[in-house]
Amino acid sequence: MTYWTKALGAALALALAADGAAAQDAGAKSIKIGYAISKTGPNAGGANITQIPNYQLWVKEVNDKGGLMLSSLGKRLPIEVIEYDDRSNSEEAVRAVERLITQDKVDLLFPPWGTGLNLAVGPVFNKYGYPQLAFSAVTDRAPELAKRWPNSFWLLGTSAQYVEALVALLTKMRGEGKINDTIAMISIADGFGIDLSAAARSGFGKAGFKLAYDKSYPIGTQDLSPLIGEAARSGADTFVAFSYPPDTMALTNQSKVAAFAPKVMFLGVGVGFPLYPQNFGANTEGIMSLGGWSTDNVGTAEYRKRHLAMHGRDPDYWASQVGYSSLQMLEQAIERVGKIDREAIIKELQNGTFDTLLGKIKLVDNMPKDALWLIGQWQNGFYTGVAPQRAGVKPVVVPKAAWK
Amino acid sequence: MLIGALLSGLTLGGMYALIALGLTLQYGVARIMNLSYGETLVAAAFAAYWLFVGADVDPLIGLIAVVPGAMVASWVVYRILLVPLVRRSTTRDALEVDSILATFGLLFALQGLMLVQFGGAYYSYSFLSVPVRILGSVVAANRLLALVFALAIGLGLYLLLTRTRIGTAVRAVAVDPVAARLVAIDVGRVAALAFALGGGLVAAGGVLTSMFLTFNANIGVVFTMKALIVVIMGGVGNMMGCLVAGLILGLTETFVATWVDPGLTLAATYGIFLIVLLVRPQGLFGGAAR
Repeated sequence: MTYWTKALGAALALALAADGAAAQDAGAKSIKIGYAISKTGPNAGGANITQIPNYQLWVKEVNDKGGLMLSSLGKRLPIEVIEYDDRSNSEEAVRAVERLITQDKVDLLFPPWGTGLNLAVGPVFNKYGYPQLAFSAVTDRAPELAKRWPNSFWLLGTSAQYVEALVALLTKMRGEGKINDTIAMISIADGFGIDLSAAARSGFGKAGFKLAYDKSYPIGTQDLSPLIGEAARSGADTFVAFSYPPDTMALTNQSKVAAFAPKVMFLGVGVGFPLYPQNFGANTEGIMSLGGWSTDNVGTAEYRKRHLAMHGRDPDYWASQVGYSSLQMLEQAIERVGKIDREAIIKELQNGTFDTLLGKIKLVDNMPKDALWLIGQWQNGFYTGVAPQRAGVKPVVVPKAAWK
Repeated sequence: MLIGALLSGLTLGGMYALIALGLTLQYGVARIMNLSYGETLVAAAFAAYWLFVGADVDPLIGLIAVVPGAMVASWVVYRILLVPLVRRSTTRDALEVDSILATFGLLFALQGLMLVQFGGAYYSYSFLSVPVRILGSVVAANRLLALVFALAIGLGLYLLLTRTRIGTAVRAVAVDPVAARLVAIDVGRVAALAFALGGGLVAAGGVLTSMFLTFNANIGVVFTMKALIVVIMGGVGNMMGCLVAGLILGLTETFVATWVDPGLTLAATYGIFLIVLLVRPQGLFGGAAR
């Protein structure tokens, strides 16, 4: 036993020493990028669809080009990836990120998945001065956080933005006499649902809408038919659900079975997942959610093809394109700076203008402005951006098509 | 509205009973507190998905392949992994602790295998998602089917256990493994049989629920928890108890969601669970195994 512990200790010490030595001149051979992400646990479903495929795709594409061009060295350096599983646990995520910085000595970090974990690791990214390009976090605290942590970027925006866009759409429809002024809303009793339903409650109220039904349900609810029944009986023309992927699937399925057909059906996370059209086919027609795609953007269409080729499935139609764009921004910022100078890279991210899938992006207060779709709708089998009103916007279709 | 809530509650309860039937056999008879139970269920769901999407095999036909497969796999797990624990444990409590530890490991192994094969993403497919009208209320055919299976399996096993010789042997092992040996029952074989049968049942539950639930490789623990509540509430090792407890939980959740607040369903579930434990610590139908 003692022999083994000693041998193990010695081996470990050797490995560490070798690691340290490698890290010192690794600067000349590769750029180390590390990330901790939820490969297991409740967040894994989202992380595996929206985030990990983007990391893999971008790293492969950069390395196929020979790596990132660092003008200070006059050559391209390939990217080396170090990945940990944070097990959907914030302490674990913080520990892993600290380990990446202090032991693995990574040059750059990718953010974890979701609002909660991005908030959890924010102080660590900030303490060590690593840029944090969060693209799967929606929080109303984003402007405040960007001030407190100037190294953090909140690409998906705030819940208020989404609600504003939704309210503007609904107000317009009501003005045209297409829907009544009653809304039924349900939300999951977790970060995303609580944040968005709170913002929506005040937004709907201000716009003069009545909430005929407004309830939250716990995570893991396996039968949503009682809520659907109540929403149907409420007489609302608009049904809004701030739901998570399993509930979004169940809501669609059970609404179809119950023949519950509100004129506007807005559901939460999952409507943009490739799984959604795969399961529901023509029944997705008219269903609305967060995010959206441009019908005429060659860049995103190309991206979708490359994503499909590498992973065998489509990207998430909400955050995936934003995520890939954030990696493009990081790439351009690094190449403009010409070396791994994190402070300069952060400065460039704050002030520069970047060419991305989504077009030219310039951040204002560390958040994109008018660069992405907030509300999308399935139209002719394509998840089309319908709000805010910007170039390429398509009119929203009401009432939602009947279930087939 | 009452009929609608009743139907939803019964189908939900049927699903709870269905996913708990296997555990009551494994825990009640084989005395293995199987923590990897939920993972077995998810594995069966993946098998059904894979057969349906990949090979175009109807999940109901898939049952014919998945259930015996799971029984054989469970039997092998019992013979190889659990029999040494059974042999060395001197008391029933010791076996319970050992089996919890061993199956905790099995949980991670199974979950890891599924993660390697399918990744952590969500999976679901649509099958029999069509409305069935009963007394003016609508219920999804796939959920109704789960209820029917739960009732059929539950009642069938109840009859098997109470009316047949092998059933009596199984109950004898559940009540007192030592005394069972005295009347020439091969306890090892009966326990292995019960564990394998439990594995088959949970696989059936996995296939049936995969028709209407969205799942991923990490979701197993949710089912283990639910099944455990149902089993403890109904009385460990009791088929009728399992059915009744599942239905009570399903009806409670639906009634609370319809007439009180959907946010309180979990509170109501655990409230009932607590009351049952306080009033009848051995479970609703606890006592002698039936």
